[in-house]
Amino acid sequence: MRRILGLLLAVLIVSSLGGFAGYAQAEELPRNETLYVGGGLWSPPTNFNPLNPSPVTGTVGLLYETLFTYDPLKDQLKPWLAEEGKWINDNTYEVKLREDLKWQDGKPLTAEDVKFTFEIARKHKGVFFSNIWSWLKEVKVVDDRTVDFVFSDPHYTEWNYWLYMIPIIPKHIWEKIDNPVDYANNENPVGSGMYKLYKTDQMRCIWVRNDNWWGIKYFGKPAPKYIVYVIVYSNNVALTMLVKGDLDWSNFFIPGVPDVKSKYKIVTWYDKPPYHLSANLALLFLNDNKTPFNNPDFRRAIAYAINPKEIAQRASQNQVLPADPSGLLPLPSHQKIKAEDLIKKYGWSYDPEKANEILDKLGYKDVNGDGFREYPDGKPMRFTIIVPYGWTDWMEMARIISDQLAAVGIRVDPKFPDFGKYWDDITKGTFDMAINNFGSFISITPWTFYNWILDPNVAPTGEPTYGGNWGRYKNPEVAELLTEIARTKTLEEAKPLYRKLQEIWLKEVPYIPLIYNGAWYEASPAHWTNWPSEKNPYAYPITWHNYWQLGGALVLLKIKPVTAGGGATTPAKTTESAKGSTTPSPTSKDKGLCGPAALVALSLVPIVLYRRRR
Amino acid sequence: MLSGIRRYLIRKTFVYVLTFFSAVTIDWLIPRLMPGNPISIMMSRFASLPEASKYMYSYFMESFGLDKPLWVQYINFWKAVLHGDLGISTYMYPKPVADIIKDALPYDIAILLPAITLSWIVGNWLGAIAGKNKKLDSFLMPVFYFLTASPYFWFAIVLAYILGAKLDLLPISGAYSYGIMPSLSLEFIVDFLKHWILPFLSLFLVMLGGWAIGMRNMIIYEVEADYVRYLEALGASEKTLMKHAFRNAILPQVTGLALQLGTMVAGALTTEIVFSYPGIGYILMQGILNQDYFLIQGCFLVIVISVLVANFIIDLLYAVIDPRVRFSFTEGE
Repeated sequence: MRRILGLLLAVLIVSSLGGFAGYAQAEELPRNETLYVGGGLWSPPTNFNPLNPSPVTGTVGLLYETLFTYDPLKDQLKPWLAEEGKWINDNTYEVKLREDLKWQDGKPLTAEDVKFTFEIARKHKGVFFSNIWSWLKEVKVVDDRTVDFVFSDPHYTEWNYWLYMIPIIPKHIWEKIDNPVDYANNENPVGSGMYKLYKTDQMRCIWVRNDNWWGIKYFGKPAPKYIVYVIVYSNNVALTMLVKGDLDWSNFFIPGVPDVKSKYKIVTWYDKPPYHLSANLALLFLNDNKTPFNNPDFRRAIAYAINPKEIAQRASQNQVLPADPSGLLPLPSHQKIKAEDLIKKYGWSYDPEKANEILDKLGYKDVNGDGFREYPDGKPMRFTIIVPYGWTDWMEMARIISDQLAAVGIRVDPKFPDFGKYWDDITKGTFDMAINNFGSFISITPWTFYNWILDPNVAPTGEPTYGGNWGRYKNPEVAELLTEIARTKTLEEAKPLYRKLQEIWLKEVPYIPLIYNGAWYEASPAHWTNWPSEKNPYAYPITWHNYWQLGGALVLLKIKPVTAGGGATTPAKTTESAKGSTTPSPTSKDKGLCGPAALVALSLVPIVLYRRRR
Repeated sequence: MLSGIRRYLIRKTFVYVLTFFSAVTIDWLIPRLMPGNPISIMMSRFASLPEASKYMYSYFMESFGLDKPLWVQYINFWKAVLHGDLGISTYMYPKPVADIIKDALPYDIAILLPAITLSWIVGNWLGAIAGKNKKLDSFLMPVFYFLTASPYFWFAIVLAYILGAKLDLLPISGAYSYGIMPSLSLEFIVDFLKHWILPFLSLFLVMLGGWAIGMRNMIIYEVEADYVRYLEALGASEKTLMKHAFRNAILPQVTGLALQLGTMVAGALTTEIVFSYPGIGYILMQGILNQDYFLIQGCFLVIVISVLVANFIIDLLYAVIDPRVRFSFTEGE
């Protein structure tokens, strides 16, 4: 019986090997035309619907395109699908599209498509920009290349943000789809962008260059024929792949980078700390509704007790910058409105003495001598600071803050609930202290930041709120300023309002800025060169969702392969050897087969021998 | 005898249906008792303006039916399940849960099925040898204990570090190279196998230790049993002795194997994370962290079913491999 089984197995293996050998060679993407990217994909790619909150990264930017793009380095709104856009009167914005725009299926992209994109959001509330219709009145097609947006209540400042966030979709395809919100759009999606969706599987998403892209005559051709966007769950693996040259462009936060950077010639934006550009601001949120955090002086005391420099160094290996009291990002769009004089006058800096002084004055004293202060009425005072479990750099930040506050006699226990619980606590306003950064991303206007963090339409405690005003800070003046700023036409008009906002922020200390989270960027020079950096600052090098149109796409247009051209004999040889162990090249095929086979055979020997003896 | 088995089967089936119903109900209820809600978390992954999030929140609450009272949701859930519809995931929106499981599960089976069965076979074999040979035992036991006590992720990292990073023998991430297209070519299969070895080995070796220890202890116990002594006194050969001891010792191991195979569909979380290997484990964990009710329900439904099926098969198998069970049915007649 056993012998027959063994024989059958052998026959099966031999015949199947023979069968496979008859098949064509596996398709392998040519290394010198393929760009490997990671850091913005955390689950198997399924959703390529640009109307959704979080499609696969690249859906907007590579596949679908926006009317404008935004360059955070120069703080410029740049025409992309649009040739130009301007206000033709107080409530009409006119967009002129470029000539010869076309979809990937060859059909022309016209003003009708733009109108359709906005109309779909009017009909379907699940589209991520449908709230625009509370101040947009209608979209008019003037001619094939001209669209007029007529507003009932023009939010001039906010509109600039949406101009580079809303992807234009093809009418001739989407008008046939019943429910455009839960449409996964993962089968041959048709966009207008420089890349088409090639293939997806459980570990990656592969894009292929659109050689008929309308933009070639305006922007040139992107260099990589293929983009393989990989899923990597651990930083260690990402680092290993990066130093081996298997990952070309990483947007992971990788703790070891400063140590190995020079050895492997890894490109980062700056060669010295903080290595990365800033992307957003992490803040310490205080529950401004609870005693004693409802007292601005108490909040100020905490601000004095916290040392952002130590946090940046210990929690993030100096890969981030410590934040200043204004919390405004070190990028031009925020720096333009920053009022240094106000920071000097009303701001704070690390000074535990000062914190002690304020707390003593407020009557929070250590009565029972346990090293921690009590409430003025003698009750013990104890808080928690929450950070989602597993977010290791933030967990370390929470511990450091706990230590720093203990030094001035405030007892704070770091707690690490699961993300769901953390999110529930902060959205419902039931926490004491928390760290968060979700809506503080860089954008064309600091208004998005203030509107998020000081969101006046905050829900009462116990009900979920959607802005970033987790501590429910309330101030009618702020609400007014925010509505006004959204409606300002120029920066000059907005500046005095921003000044007022900053003055309130610095005087009232609603929340405490900690660090500027980095735009994590590490690139390998093994296969691609001309990466952007401080010395060659041509683009903001991030590939996360909604960042392609901030610079990621420009990088694709500028990088160059190390070995030029396919086909040529000498460069092909170098790529072959540079491939390393992950991709079996034809020459190593036999060896590759024999290794594992021999292992398996060897491990079988004792079993076979034992059976015989019995 | 037949009527005995039939009675047994009817009773078992009833118990299984009841277990299924209550297990699935609990799996439905537990995620809903956690603080927070999936739509709110879905919004957290989308950095936008507060106003926009507010619009979408109410839209998605309604479209997922989460604005309805709990009992209505419960009835709708069973209605859908009976129609074979596991719903749509919020974490991997808008992918249907059934498709998520279908796409991810083969990778787990490719790793876990060989790891479990081979480790079971080799483990039992080594354990049996160790159980009867004192000298070998003192050498093998520490190895078994070392293996079984190693956490999966630790062992995986050690393997990845030594074989992958230091010696550079095998790739350490993914199920195949990121630059190769799946096909039925020799090249691809070799590539797949290369990526398969390390995750397989990390599970195989750790599991091996547990099986071997279990078998070794059982053998020592059985060898001391009266029936073996009796056989020995009769002058039976060692081969006969071991045959009978082994047959008795293997019974609990069979149960263990079936249960392991049943929970296989939960994936191998730590291995998946260390090797960035695709599979359901990581997705299920993210589903739980994201409170994706539908994904959690769907995955646990599949787990419950497969554990029950595995149990049912053992029940039947026991009647075959253990004469005592078979005998108990005929006893009364």
